[in-house]
Amino acid sequence: MIKAAFLPGPIKNPQPERSNFLIALAGNPNVGKSTVFNRLTGLNQHTGNWPGKTVLKAEGTFSYRNHHYKLVDLPGTYSLYANSADEQTARDFICFSRPDVTLVVCDATCLERNLNLVLQILEITDRVVVCVNLLDEAERKLIHVNVEQLATELGIPVIGTTARNGRGFLELKNTLHDMVSGKIVTQPRQVTYDQELEILISKLENKLAPWLPEWLNSRWVALRILERDYSILEHIMISRKPEKLSLQIIQEGIALCLQ
Amino acid sequence: MSAINNHPLLLLHGIEPLLPDNASQIRDRIVSSIYQHAEEISSQVVSNEKAWKNSLDFKLDNILTSRWAGFPIMILLLTLILWITISGANYPSQLLALGLFKLEGYLLHLMTAAAAPAWLSGVLILGMYRSLAWVVSVMLPPMAIFFPLFTLLEDLGYLPRVAFNMDNLFRRAGAHGKQCLTMCMGFGCNAAGVTSCRIIDSPRERLIAILTNTFSVCNGRFPTLIALATIFMGTMVSRAYSSIIATLVVASLIMVGILTSLLVSSLLSRTLLRGIASFFVLELPPFRKPQLGQIIIRSLLDRTLFVLWRAVVIAAPAGALTWILANSWIGDSTIFAYMAAFLDPLGKIMGMDGIILIAFLLGLPANEIVLPILIMGYLSAGHILELDSLNALGKLLLDHGWTWITALCVMLFSLLHFPCGTTIYTIFKETKSMRWTLLATLLPLALGILVTIIVSQTAQLLL
Repeated sequence: MIKAAFLPGPIKNPQPERSNFLIALAGNPNVGKSTVFNRLTGLNQHTGNWPGKTVLKAEGTFSYRNHHYKLVDLPGTYSLYANSADEQTARDFICFSRPDVTLVVCDATCLERNLNLVLQILEITDRVVVCVNLLDEAERKLIHVNVEQLATELGIPVIGTTARNGRGFLELKNTLHDMVSGKIVTQPRQVTYDQELEILISKLENKLAPWLPEWLNSRWVALRILERDYSILEHIMISRKPEKLSLQIIQEGIALCLQ
Repeated sequence: MSAINNHPLLLLHGIEPLLPDNASQIRDRIVSSIYQHAEEISSQVVSNEKAWKNSLDFKLDNILTSRWAGFPIMILLLTLILWITISGANYPSQLLALGLFKLEGYLLHLMTAAAAPAWLSGVLILGMYRSLAWVVSVMLPPMAIFFPLFTLLEDLGYLPRVAFNMDNLFRRAGAHGKQCLTMCMGFGCNAAGVTSCRIIDSPRERLIAILTNTFSVCNGRFPTLIALATIFMGTMVSRAYSSIIATLVVASLIMVGILTSLLVSSLLSRTLLRGIASFFVLELPPFRKPQLGQIIIRSLLDRTLFVLWRAVVIAAPAGALTWILANSWIGDSTIFAYMAAFLDPLGKIMGMDGIILIAFLLGLPANEIVLPILIMGYLSAGHILELDSLNALGKLLLDHGWTWITALCVMLFSLLHFPCGTTIYTIFKETKSMRWTLLATLLPLALGILVTIIVSQTAQLLL
C-alpha cells in the first residue's frame, strides 16, 4: 500500500552491484532509538528509559537478503542547527558521511515535535526512511497515526513499528532493502519559506552551486549561510584542500569575511 | 593573507553583500516555517490527542513529581529497595560462604597431598582463593537482588522523575539538573557515572558532576556497608528488626552522600568553578511497562556478572599481594605489620586503625576488595578462624577492638575517600587534565579524613 505512493524507479546501477551499505539512525531523544538499534543489529544491550542515555556513538552491523548494513546510532537531538556538540555530530554525519539511508525514528505519541527533525533532515538528503515507533504506546493513549498518509505527505517511505516487540520490523528491513537497491524513488517534501527568504535562497544557491560537490544539497547550504553558519563551507574547504591551506588560515579567512 | 586572495574563500566576499543583517531573525523565520509545516502534516495524520490528559500516566506524574509527595516517595522507594536487598541477601550469602570455605579446606588438603611448598599454598589458597571467596559470597547476593530492582526503576522511567524532583536542589547548588541522572548512574558504578556526565553540555557543570560523582555509593561499596551495618547496627536491636535498622543506616549513608554531593557542588560553583546553572528542558518520558524477563537477564548478565568479574580479576592479585606482605618477615615483624604500625596513629585519630587504612589503600584498584583485605590483614595477625558467616566476621572485628563507632567511621570513610582506580582513570580520560583528576582524588579524601576525625572525636568525648 505504501509503496504505491512512489514511482517504481528503474534500476540505475549498471556498475557491479554493491552489497555493503551505511545507515544512519537519527531521531529525537527518548523515542526508542536504542531499542530500534538493538532490534536491528541483534545487540542485546539493556536500554534504560531516560533521555541522554546514549553517550557514545554506537555502531552495529546486520545482514538481510544478501545485503550487509552498517548501522550508526547518532545522538538523539531535537534539531540539526549545530547548537550543541550532539547536534553537530548528527548533522555532520548525515551530511558528510553520506549514509545510503538515514533512518529517522519518531515517537508516535508526539509526532509533531518529531516531524521538525524529519523535515530538517529532508533538507539535507532525500534518502530518508521514517520509522514511527512506539505505536503500542500511542494506541494505549488512543492516538492514531495514519502511516500511509504520512508517507504521502512526506514523499518518503514511512513504517509503523513497536521496537520493543519487533512489530513492523520485517517491513522496515524490506523497505531499507528496496531503498538501497534503488527500487524506491523518493520525492521528499520541501519546506517553503516566505517569499523574501526564497529569493535570497535562490540567489545564494546560484552563487554557491559551482563550489559545492554535487552530492551536497545547495539549497540547504544556502539556508545555513543565511543564518551565518559557515561551518559547512569550512568543512568543504578543508576536505578539498585545494592549496593545502591550514585550518587556521581558513578560519582566519572566514573571520575576515565576517567582519 | 595573500594565500587567500585566489581561494574559494573569495566566494564568501561575493555572497556577503547578499546576506541580510539580522541573522537571528532569519533563524527564527526558518524555524517557524519548519514548525508550521510539521504542525500542518501532524494535524492531517494524527487523530485524537486529547485523551492523554485524563490518562493514568498523567495522574501518576502529578503525584510522583508533586511538591509534597515527590521526596517522601523517592526516599521510601530507596529504602524499600535496600531493605529487600539486605534482608534477601543475608541467607544466600551465608550459604555461599559456607560452601566456598568448605571448598577451601579441601583445596588445602589437596595442596598438602601434592606436597606443595607452604608459601605456594599460602599465596594461592589463603591469599587468592580466600579473597575471591569473600568477594563472591559478600557481593554476589546483594548485587543479584539490587541490580534487577534498580533496572526495574530505570526501565519504568522513574529516574527522570527523580531528576525532576531534585532539579531545584541541584540548581541552587549551582549545578546542572541532569547531575541527578549522572549521580544515579554512579550508584551502579562511579566510572560509568563519570562517563555519563557527557550528557551535560556546559563544561563547568560537567566538571562539577564529574568531581562529585564519587559521593554516590557505588556497587563496590554497597556490600561493605551492608555487611558492616548488619553486624554492628543490626545487632543493637532484636533479630526481628535487625535488617530494618541496617537498611535505615545504609539509606541514611546514601542520603549523606547525596547531601555531600550537593554541598561540594555548591562549594565548587562558588569558588573554583564559578557560574550560574544553565537552563535545560528535561523531558519526562512516558512510563513504560518494563520487560521483566529482559530486566532480569540483562541486569544479571550485563551488570552483576560484569561487576563481579571485574572484582574477581582485581581481587585475586590483590589477595596474593596482601598475603605476601603479611607473610614476609623483616626482623621480627611482617611488612604488613610495619605498614599497619606506621598508619596506626592516623587511623586511631580517625576512629579506625592502621590495618583498615591499609585495606583502603590496597583497595585502590576496586572498592570491592577493601573488606577481604581487611579480613586477611586481621587473620594474618595471628588469629586462626573459620570465616564462614557474618557472625564469624563480627567476632573477628570485635576481637580487634571494633565498636559501632569504628564501624561508623569505616562506613563514612568508605563513602568519603578517593575514587577507585578505574574511576580515577576515567576522570582523567574525561577531563584530560591532571589537575582536575588530582582534585577529584584528594577532595573526597580530605573530606573523609575530616569527617571521620570529627565523628570519632565527638563520639569519644560524649561516651
